[in-house]
Order: sequence, then structure tokens, then C-alpha cells
Amino acid sequence: MSNLQHPALSEIFNRDEDRVNWHDDTLWWIRAKRDKAAQGISEWELLRETASQIKNNVLSNLHQYLEEFEKNALANGIKVHWAADAAEHNKIVHGLLAAKGITQMVKSKSMLTEECHLNDYLEQKGIDVIDSDLGERIVQLAKEPPSHIVLPCIHKKKEEIGQIFHENLGTEAGVSDPQVLTETARIHLRETFLTRRSALTGVNFAVAETGEFVVCTNEGNADMGAHLADIHIASMGIEKLIPKKKHLGVFLRLLTRSATGQPITTYSSHFKKPRKGQEMHIVLVDNGRSVQLGRESFRNSLKCIRCGACMNTCPVYRRSGGHSYHNAIAGPIGAILAPNLDMKKYSDLPFASTLCGSCTNVCPVKIDIHDQLYKWRQVIVKEGNSPAAKTMAMKVMNFTLASPTRFKLAGKIGRWTLKHAGFTVNNGLNPWYKHREMPEPPKESFSEWYKKNNP
Amino acid sequence: MSRAQILSAILNNQPQSTLLPEDLQFDSPSNEVVSEKFCQMINLIGGKVVVIQKVEDINLYISEHFTKSDRIITPIEELDYFTPFTGDEVPHDFVNTEFAVFKTHFAVAENGAVWITEDRMGHRVLPFITQHLGMLVEENQIVATMHDAYKKMADAEYDFGTFVAGPSKTADIEQSLVLGAHGARSMTIFLLK
Repeated sequence: MSNLQHPALSEIFNRDEDRVNWHDDTLWWIRAKRDKAAQGISEWELLRETASQIKNNVLSNLHQYLEEFEKNALANGIKVHWAADAAEHNKIVHGLLAAKGITQMVKSKSMLTEECHLNDYLEQKGIDVIDSDLGERIVQLAKEPPSHIVLPCIHKKKEEIGQIFHENLGTEAGVSDPQVLTETARIHLRETFLTRRSALTGVNFAVAETGEFVVCTNEGNADMGAHLADIHIASMGIEKLIPKKKHLGVFLRLLTRSATGQPITTYSSHFKKPRKGQEMHIVLVDNGRSVQLGRESFRNSLKCIRCGACMNTCPVYRRSGGHSYHNAIAGPIGAILAPNLDMKKYSDLPFASTLCGSCTNVCPVKIDIHDQLYKWRQVIVKEGNSPAAKTMAMKVMNFTLASPTRFKLAGKIGRWTLKHAGFTVNNGLNPWYKHREMPEPPKESFSEWYKKNNP
Repeated sequence: MSRAQILSAILNNQPQSTLLPEDLQFDSPSNEVVSEKFCQMINLIGGKVVVIQKVEDINLYISEHFTKSDRIITPIEELDYFTPFTGDEVPHDFVNTEFAVFKTHFAVAENGAVWITEDRMGHRVLPFITQHLGMLVEENQIVATMHDAYKKMADAEYDFGTFVAGPSKTADIEQSLVLGAHGARSMTIFLLK
């Protein structure tokens, strides 16, 4: 990825207006499906509140739940590893493969491994990784990161996918029928599943009480990989824990209804013990989470169950695309998680929002996303990490507002400019105008009007 | 050692403990309503319901839908296609399975999911690797919601278990729904009255 920030990356995405409209409409359609699914359940708000309280409890007892989970998982015959950061996670995974002389791995969807850049790391070590989720396979072949946590290639048109398949999987040129392309991927990936001795999956939920973990997919790729491999590695962020098995009832009801409007994923697999002759490993990854836990204003972001509802509803995400967030997790939730990892690099993201609050309203675990975006802005500016243009604008504003004389003069100049020389501000050179239509200038300021009418 | 470091950072940073909420409980509708809702959901998620009066009726369905050369596997003893399992099978050997049918523990009306554990699968990979999938559901073993589901399996012991809801699917290409991604291309529920 380049060093460009959100405004510049959005501008690239916005060069093709038809595509932006299509992207916008597609995601809004998914948001509408989510609404229909949520409204189909009369106790929806109670479910959200319950899920939120369970997650609050998890965060406030995470230490105890992690120890409990580890103990139970070990008793189940699962090997447990701890990784303080991305580098350690990658090293652990590679170590497990190297110990068995394995050079090929199949992977199902795991945003954590995107966060850790595992594929790049393993590639450098000479290990071939194939992503098996269809959307992830497509972006992998296109040499791009996923642009959405649930819908990795939502930014791609079927004709482009057809071309990728033509170049990589030998389909005929010009074929873009989703049915045909999916069948091609099915055959190609069956071969992969059958020949890989190692499989890595993500984890949707891990249960402290029982030491089992749950992986949800629609395609069945996590199960195909795991059940055919000699060694199954599951990578999970430490915040994925839930206290008891019965709590899965709450989360499985919320997850897909929020994500895609489905009542549940096709497969919700509960892995408790390795199968006979198989090795099963869990890597518990911190990578900044324990720090975020200590940030009172931002710790709620760790309640996230990665449904993507906040992205689908976000007017900025829909019109700027996932890649404009230059982070493994895009959209509103990505914008509050990323600054914790690197405040300078991601200082632009909390500003990529209108603070409309739609993300907060759809969040199934009630994360106050738009409040956190606002709070991150304050932290970022205070720590001197705000974008240069914004800092300058704020300084000029401060200078102007600090003196009544300067304020009056600035108002006069502004009104005159908008009236007589509107083109100097209503143009592409003014970054403010890029997002806004400048208003009709009033003839006089309020204080001028007041003076005239109240002699 | 990272374990100690992570745990101590968490202990320092975790907030004041909050209580777990009360368990959610909802009134269950009548068996008929639940069964009807389940069938509706199965159709909605791309599955199919075949009503049967006795387990052996599945034999008839198989003979009508598959040919002699198709590999058919089931751990259900009542069926002609019963396949004994020793536990030492190599999962890859099931790759040419055309149809596999299993006996579920129970089903869930609100989303069309069925719950099945490894001891009823023959092998873990089988419900996923088979081209077409059948699931036997006893009509009096359908619960209304996922809360009821977890209550029902509260004390169940299993090494691996899964909720399966319909055939494998994807909509990753322009949100066009395609059935038969990596798992079964179709799912038939044999609803035992």
C-alpha cells in the first residue's frame, strides 16, 4: 500500500462515478436486507442490549476468561499459543508448519491474519498460502487486500473477476457468469483442500466455559480445510472470547442478520477436540488489544464481532471504498481500531466520517462508534497528529475568532467574495468546496442587521 | 514469555467488573407453528423438505434421485446404504461421495439450522465434502430459537458439532447468490412425522 491517506485514496476511487454509484447501491441493498432481518425479530433491541452486556462482562473479566479458556482448551487436547504482536503470531504459525516440513497451507477467512500480514510473511519464508473463501481468493489472485471484512471483493465487477479467472484459472475469456466462475473456483479449491496438510482458520467465538471455538462460513471452506488437514491452526484475537456456550445463542442470532440479512450462516462449526490423529492449535493474539482495553474512551471497540454492518450503512465507506482506509479493517469500526495500532499512520481515519451515527445505530453489540470517532479526533489533534491542512485551517480560524475586529472583517471579505468572485472558492482548488456547495451569501451580517433595526 | 506479559497487561487495563445479563427466555409457539416455520425457513435458505413417515422412506428418495454408480454413504443403520465406520478412515477417500444422509439431534425453526455432532457424521468431513446432503429431522425435535437450541444441548458432549443451514453458498461475485460453493450443492431435510 502507498502512503496516501483517506482523502487522496477516496479521490482515486471516485474517478469512476458509475462505479461509485454501483458500490454505494450494492452496500445499501445489503443494509436494507439487514433491516428486514432485524425487523423480523421483535426482541431485536433486547438481543443487542444483551449482547452488549455480555461483551462488557467479557472485557471486564478478560484475564479470568482467557485463563479459563486456556485450561479447558488444553484439557480438550488443543494446543494453546500466545502472541503479543503480529510478528510473534506469524512466527508461531511458521514454526508449526516448519516443524512438520509443510510448505503449503490453505486458509479460510481471518481478518486477524490480514491484520498481521501473515500471507506476506509466509511467502517470504517460502510457504505457499491459498485463501479459500471465494471473495478472498479473488482479491488474492488480483494481488489486492480485501476491501470489506465480510465481502472481500465487493469493489470488483464480475467482468473483472472473469478476467482474473481467465488469467489464473483458465476459464474462457469473456466469461463472467457468477455461477460458472463459482463452479470453477469450487473445482480449483477442492484440489487445494485435498492436497494441503495444514489449514488455518479464523475464530468467530471462543467459549471460556468449554474451551471450544466456533467458526462461521457460508461456503464451507473452513470445514473443508480443517477436516482434511493434518494440522489445524486457529488464529484469534483475545477479545473473541465469550463466557458460556449458551451465549452463542445470542451472538449467532445477531451476527449474520447484521452482516448480510441471513438468519444464520450455512455452517456454524463448533471445534472442541482435534479429530483422531490431527493436531489442533489456537494462537491467542494481543497485538494492541490489551492497550486498547486500557483506553477508557475506546475499549468498547473490542466488543466488535466483525459483522460489517457499520460499513454497509456508512455514507463515507459506501462512496470511498474499503481500500481508501488503507487498513485491514475498513469503515467506521476500522477507523476506531486502527489509531490504537498506529496513531500517526491512521490519523486520517477518524476524520473519514460525517459523524451521522448510523454505524452506532446498526451495531449489534452497541459500540458507540461515532462517539469514538469524535473522541479519536480530539486525541489525534491534541497529540499533534492531525493532517497539516486541517491544523493550518484551525490556526487561521483560531486567529480570526479570537478578535471581534478580525471576525467582522473576515465576514465582510467572505460575503464579498462569495457574491462577486464565487469562482475563487467554488472550485476544485478549495478542498472544503470538494465536499460542499458554498451557500448564497447574505447581504449583511447579523450584527449589521441588528444595528440597523434596533437603533 | 508472552503469555505472562499479555495476561498482566490485561489485568492492569481491564475495567471494573460488570455483571452478565439474565438469560433470554421467550415463549415457545406450538409444535405445529414451529414445524411450519422451520419448513418455510428451509425453503428460504435454498433447502428442500421431504416429509417421510418412517426412516426407511429415505431409501425410496435415494433410488429416485441417484443412480447405482453414485457413491452414497450414511451412518443411519435403518437405511440400505448404511456404511459402517471404524474411525480410521482417511477423510480424502470421501471425495467422490455423491450423497450422504445423517440423523440430526434437532432443528431450529427461526433459521432452518440442524444440529449434528461428529458421532453421527461417520467422519467430520463427510457433511461438507459430499456433493449432496440429506438431514433427517424428527418433527418433534424442532425448537423455536437458538436460545432453545443451546438449552437443549447444554450438557451434550461432543468433539465436533455443527449447525448446518441449507446448502453451501456464496454471493461473493456481485452479490449474486450461487448454491454449491465448497460444501454440499443441495440440502434435503427428511422430516419424520
